[in-house]
Amino acid sequence: MKTAVIVFPGSNRDRDMFRALELVTGSRPQSIWHADATLPDVDLVVVPGGFSYGDYLRSGAIAARSPILKDLVAKAAQGVTVLGVCNGFQILTEAGLLPGALMRNAGLNFVCKEVLLETVTDATRFSLKFEKGQVWRCPVAHHDGNYFADADTLKALEDNGQVVFRYANGTNPNGSINDIAGIMNGAGNVLGMMPHPENLVEPLHGGTDGRLLFESLLSKAA
Amino acid sequence: MIPNDIKITPELIESHGLKPDEYERILALIGREPTFTELGIFSAMWNEHCSYKSSKKWLKTLPTKGPRVIQGPGENAGVVDIGDDQVVVFKMESHNHPSYIEPYQGAATGVGGILRDVFTMGARPVAAMNALRFGAPDHPRTRHLVSGVVAGVGGYGNSFGVPTVGGEVEFHARYNGNCLVNAFAAGLAKADGIFLSKAEGVGLPVVYLGAKTGRDGVGGATMASAEFDDTIDEKRPTVQVGDPFTEKCLLEACLELMETGAVIAIQDMGAAGLTCSAVEMGAKGNLGIELDLDAVPVREERMSAYEMMLSESQERMLMVLRPELEGEAEAIFRKWGLDFAIVGKTTDTLRFIVKHQGDIVADLPIKELGDEAPEYDRPFIEPEKRATLSPADVPEPQDYAAALKALVGSPNGASRRWVYEQYDTLIQGNSAATPGGDAGVIRVEGTRKGLAFTVDVTPRYCEADPFEGGKQAVAEVWRNLTAVGAEPLAATDNLNFGNPERPEIMGQFVGCIKGIGEACRELDFPIVSGNVSLYNETHGEAILPTPAIGGVGLLPDVTVRAGAAFVRENDCIVLIGGHGTHLGATQYLADVLGREDGAPPPVDLACEKRNGTLVRQFIGAQRVSAVHDISSGGLAVALAEMAMAGNIGATVEIDGPAHAALFGEDQGRYILTAAEDQLDALLEDAIDQGIEARMIGRTGGTELTVAGVLTISVEELRTAHEGWFPHYMASAD
Repeated sequence: MKTAVIVFPGSNRDRDMFRALELVTGSRPQSIWHADATLPDVDLVVVPGGFSYGDYLRSGAIAARSPILKDLVAKAAQGVTVLGVCNGFQILTEAGLLPGALMRNAGLNFVCKEVLLETVTDATRFSLKFEKGQVWRCPVAHHDGNYFADADTLKALEDNGQVVFRYANGTNPNGSINDIAGIMNGAGNVLGMMPHPENLVEPLHGGTDGRLLFESLLSKAA
Repeated sequence: MIPNDIKITPELIESHGLKPDEYERILALIGREPTFTELGIFSAMWNEHCSYKSSKKWLKTLPTKGPRVIQGPGENAGVVDIGDDQVVVFKMESHNHPSYIEPYQGAATGVGGILRDVFTMGARPVAAMNALRFGAPDHPRTRHLVSGVVAGVGGYGNSFGVPTVGGEVEFHARYNGNCLVNAFAAGLAKADGIFLSKAEGVGLPVVYLGAKTGRDGVGGATMASAEFDDTIDEKRPTVQVGDPFTEKCLLEACLELMETGAVIAIQDMGAAGLTCSAVEMGAKGNLGIELDLDAVPVREERMSAYEMMLSESQERMLMVLRPELEGEAEAIFRKWGLDFAIVGKTTDTLRFIVKHQGDIVADLPIKELGDEAPEYDRPFIEPEKRATLSPADVPEPQDYAAALKALVGSPNGASRRWVYEQYDTLIQGNSAATPGGDAGVIRVEGTRKGLAFTVDVTPRYCEADPFEGGKQAVAEVWRNLTAVGAEPLAATDNLNFGNPERPEIMGQFVGCIKGIGEACRELDFPIVSGNVSLYNETHGEAILPTPAIGGVGLLPDVTVRAGAAFVRENDCIVLIGGHGTHLGATQYLADVLGREDGAPPPVDLACEKRNGTLVRQFIGAQRVSAVHDISSGGLAVALAEMAMAGNIGATVEIDGPAHAALFGEDQGRYILTAAEDQLDALLEDAIDQGIEARMIGRTGGTELTVAGVLTISVEELRTAHEGWFPHYMASAD
């Protein structure tokens, strides 16, 4: 599987994502600078975590207007798989690739801890290696992860099976509506999630639960 | 003679923190009245914070060399060999005064400053820690300071992208008017990829990089060298404002630039900004420096030379570059959206010349500015030795279970989860052991090796006996590293004290340094970097003497290590170092009985070394299942922590007076757990080496039981342990 990771000034989980992708796919992802005009021809584009441009404005707002985003939007429309994690999720919502918004955590503080996620549906390219309803461990690390969407949007997301991951067993760390941790677009090729599966992929991390997400993508691409 | 627009009056000199005799020294050195800008430059270079004038004599007594030490104190950070042509670069530094005035920005820029120290040396930061001390929980300012400082530490480190792997948070009324924020950072570099601040070559460009210069932080280092009084709110403008995004870009740009071979010398602009960085580069390289302030990128209009020279705006660097690679260097900085300006050149005159709008505003001898700062041999009084308390002098608790619950749920004994969950502990994907254990552990990327980090000091011991307290701080750091299985490599010190002009405070300082020195020598644990923060007092009341020690250890194989959590039922629990006997200056005394008297536990360094070496061997041979050192709160608290971490209970037996055995803080002790079939061999090996080791019980069940003394459920302990901090922070003032 060929992959690429977009790097913005202020991205800081890009290196974690590189390593996780390399571990699972066996090959090194391409690093794409935010100022580039076009993305290479790959199976998966990842928008990694961090604080793009410092996130001094709304998180992800400036990155969503950087040069490479035009091509990302175009590639997404062509059906290329796009994964946004943490700041990447925020950027995808700001870019209009995913509905809703990520607000400041309900507790107002940055939160880094392990939570439990429920895989709501296994009928997506991001989750096909999970069992439907499977509860798995995953770390979070964010300040603005409180997912919100208006009632109609929310209903549509739920009805169309676009909610892929939910915080489980009372571990919602940020006040997200309906315990939403990750959603995908209607076409099913763009997923955004706040938790960091790339930080739970090898024994050193204390578990490998996060691998299933990457392995899902790998098996889809194969 | 340089014309002087502003008259130099005794009041002006005093407001710059310079004593009359220090001003006389300036006059003798330059042979004329200094300009206003020059006065500012002297004030910046000769204040306590930058010149170490009260502490230098004593710092020289610390051991700083060792077979693995590549760079000791004197550079931006210490450098230690970890094999395979790799080095770890680390330092700890205080940001106490700014954090008390403006907690968020004070703490944030403290983290920013220490990260910059590390990557200035050419190392990518891989771990951070912080040691925080606040006033009594019921003091009206404390909650606000805790909230702001923790958010500031997290705000900067999380955005920059370095995992916070450990730290300390303590409360004591003696920090009511002066909190402590000590930030540690460590980075990794190649052994041949270390960069220093010493300039080389005449006529080479001096380049300014990073963020623009503003009026923030003007006079910060001088502020940090004075005591506080009621005017502290007026000092808010001396606190800098942090921009972790720019710092992250600066990191990437600097490392990229260093790869090109363009960098001859590099110095970050920290305390006293442009002044200190330029003077250091020149003085170390035996070169003069000429600066043209008109070329300095500024973000405010009409800044005076004085303001530019003393600004402590963050995220700035000064470099001497190879002229032929200037273009390449500039392109890298433009790519990262950073300023790049040639602001001067090196000369062979040994003068520090500053030009502004066509005028020379400073012309000073550079070596003297740096090296001939006043140095004081301040008088000191050694504190009187306190009497050692015998267990009979100390009452037993009426209810042991309640006492243990109180200890694990007290402000100083409670879980720090509320704090460390605001720090990104996992970023970079190499974290193996995150905060909450004896030491944080990360993998050295691309290898099997691990690095362990811890920071510690017990200020109540230092107050009771500076010498033993200094020894203990080092011993405990060494022990914490040992408890995870790491070989202790080297340490950094952050020495926080009151006003050194008071002989009793100087006595604390001298005592602690002597203790630290002795322990470092005995344990082969050199000090490779550090920082001194004096004048930590308000209205004449000094903080507790707080020489925080940060330690770094090496694990040959990161997967072969120990944690503190009980891992399974029915393991044998082994006590190394014997039962407790010492109750003076303990947490039990303070938190349960409300007393702080008595001598602190003495540290037998030979015993410390012997016991620790054995424990490390056991971990390396994978013969033990869990390890925890015994420190504040004694055996009982250590067992409770192991039980809570593993969610498994234990039953143990003790002998001797129960309160001393359970809560005594005798040093050099560990709790190990091991499978039944390992037990006999472990005990035999200990006895062979003359080490006191005994099985005291077994893990299992849902309760912690000390036969005939107490039984309490792990759940009840956890509720008390986890409850205090969030409850405290959520309650109204």
